[in-house]
Amino acid sequence: MDKFETFTGIAAPMPLVNIDTDMIIPKVFLKSIARTGFGKNLFDEMRYNRDGTEIPDFVLNKPQYREAQILIAGDNFGCGSSREHAPWALDDFGIKVIVSTSFADIFFNNCFKNGMLPVVLPEDQVDLLMRDAEKGENARMTVDLAAQEITTSEGDVIKFDVDAFKKHCLLNGLDDIGLTLEKADSIATFEEQAAQARPWV
Amino acid sequence: MTAPKTLYDKIWDAHVTHEAEDGTCLLYIDRHLVHEVTSAQAFEGLRMAGRKVRAPEKTIAVPDHNVPTTLDRADPATMTEESRIQVEALDKNAKEFGVHYYPVSDVRQGIVHIVGPEQGWTLPGMTVVCGDSHTATHGAFGALAHGIGTSEVEHVLATQTLIQQKSKNMKVEITGKLKPGVTAKDITLAVIGETGTAGGTGYVIEYCGEAIRDLTMEGRMTVCNMAIEGGARAGLIAPDETTFDYVKGRPHAPKGAQWEAAMNWWKTLFTDEGAHFDKVVTLKGEEIEPVVTWGTSPEDVLPITGVVPAPEDFEGGKIEAARRSIEYMGLKAGQKLTDIEIDTVFIGSCTNGRIEDLRAAAEILKGKKIKDGMRAMVVPGSGLVRAQAEEEGLAEIFQDAGFEWRMAGCSMCLAMNPDQLSEGERCAATSNRNFEGRQGYKGRTHLVSPAMAAAAAVTGKLTDVRELM
Repeated sequence: MDKFETFTGIAAPMPLVNIDTDMIIPKVFLKSIARTGFGKNLFDEMRYNRDGTEIPDFVLNKPQYREAQILIAGDNFGCGSSREHAPWALDDFGIKVIVSTSFADIFFNNCFKNGMLPVVLPEDQVDLLMRDAEKGENARMTVDLAAQEITTSEGDVIKFDVDAFKKHCLLNGLDDIGLTLEKADSIATFEEQAAQARPWV
Repeated sequence: MTAPKTLYDKIWDAHVTHEAEDGTCLLYIDRHLVHEVTSAQAFEGLRMAGRKVRAPEKTIAVPDHNVPTTLDRADPATMTEESRIQVEALDKNAKEFGVHYYPVSDVRQGIVHIVGPEQGWTLPGMTVVCGDSHTATHGAFGALAHGIGTSEVEHVLATQTLIQQKSKNMKVEITGKLKPGVTAKDITLAVIGETGTAGGTGYVIEYCGEAIRDLTMEGRMTVCNMAIEGGARAGLIAPDETTFDYVKGRPHAPKGAQWEAAMNWWKTLFTDEGAHFDKVVTLKGEEIEPVVTWGTSPEDVLPITGVVPAPEDFEGGKIEAARRSIEYMGLKAGQKLTDIEIDTVFIGSCTNGRIEDLRAAAEILKGKKIKDGMRAMVVPGSGLVRAQAEEEGLAEIFQDAGFEWRMAGCSMCLAMNPDQLSEGERCAATSNRNFEGRQGYKGRTHLVSPAMAAAAAVTGKLTDVRELM
């Protein structure tokens, strides 16, 4: 996994609440057995007409947002399915950071597994970022994970919380499985004890 | 004396394999269920890293999302090439990594969340995960069960653990008795209508109260299945005699002395008096009506006696969401829900594809015909549910009424297979999600109970099932 580096990028506003995983990547695109290539179908039904032409009003089709790397979204982003294809599609498009007042649990976890950062902020701060993002490509925000700060195009600095372990993994590009296998002894010990206590499992 | 614990606390504590200073835990996983859509990349990851499945004996795979449900499905031409590749990849991975497997040709094949309990893989007090959000279903047994992404599927395959932070405890109590015509599906939808789709975010829900205790295991699975639609990581119901009776004698349930030992532990799996819940929601069972969804979020729930709301009835971001939903659904504010005409009825899914669901629908359909022009299908949740329904004469009732009688699979719940809605087609569905496009591009979904779905098939409109009882 790539290390999460500080970057400055365009933020796109998506104020709709309850943006679900079926909107992010409709199920017809879940049939690939690869992890890449989903970006072109990100938000497919909102982004394209049935004939494949773009819907010009959709935010990521607007010229000023085509290179967006940050999404400022309405409440409960990523609700629904566990499909990791949702963060894969966002990542493949180029989105590295999503900001909302809340995220669905599984989607939230899936982001970190792919080097992406979901940021939860109070409503007034999400509103502030939303207004900044609405300014288009002139609104370039800087995301600094080490400092846990987002800086708006106006220079406003917004602090955010992040789980210390998840932050450490993102900043260092660490592979979860490798980390867990360092604790293989603990797992083996647990298995021996559990086999005694609950032999029917 | 130790502090009183919730059921969630007890199961959690019994599975912590390692705890870091910051509270991050490695949680041991007792059962890992696998299906074809979210596992191929995980197995490929193992292969590339030269890793094995740590506990193949605790890993159970079954194809369900992509598989056609028509009777001719043994013919490979019934699947698209992409679907066939996914199913074949699961065949190959199950064999190569040596996990338990129920192929499409096996009578025990079905929706992963129906097969697990049916075969006795899911037992009280276990941790159960699957790369599917509706893993919450297994919480009905008092098992801590939740969906995971593909990276976590790979993590569990390789290590039999998950890196987890503990959730908070939430209690949802349904007091009293349900009225006739009101089912487990109405309970679970009514709860989401009350809490919203983000109301459970950060929590594990324990459902309790008389109305929950009175439910069968099938009903309890329906309730827990949709915990995820309320945003919760998992839903739980404490095991009791209903649970033990269901589990006993299943192929992978413990037997003899092991059964006794298991029962000794299972009987300790309840929330202690005085244990702390961070959030409590209480609904009166007798006040729950048969409900339907009108919009494109599972929180858009109303009693069937209601009318389509107006966007202005809501606040904040929900105003725009409601406007969008009403337009997408082709409805008008103020329209009576019972005036909404239905094109299609779908009975099935991991929410409502079990034998009791089929019995409830057949009870309404007995001696009746579906409305002319109605497209109606029943998709049993597993091959064994299908066989039992045939034995009980339910299949005949469905077919006489005009329903298609299908083979087991996820079918029209998520339209990853040939069963889909066309543009603008309106469906009364017993499944779990009414999201835009969920059942097919521009398809329109109203979530209902099996009995309500059957009633809609007969009248051609969303219908208060109590009028047909």
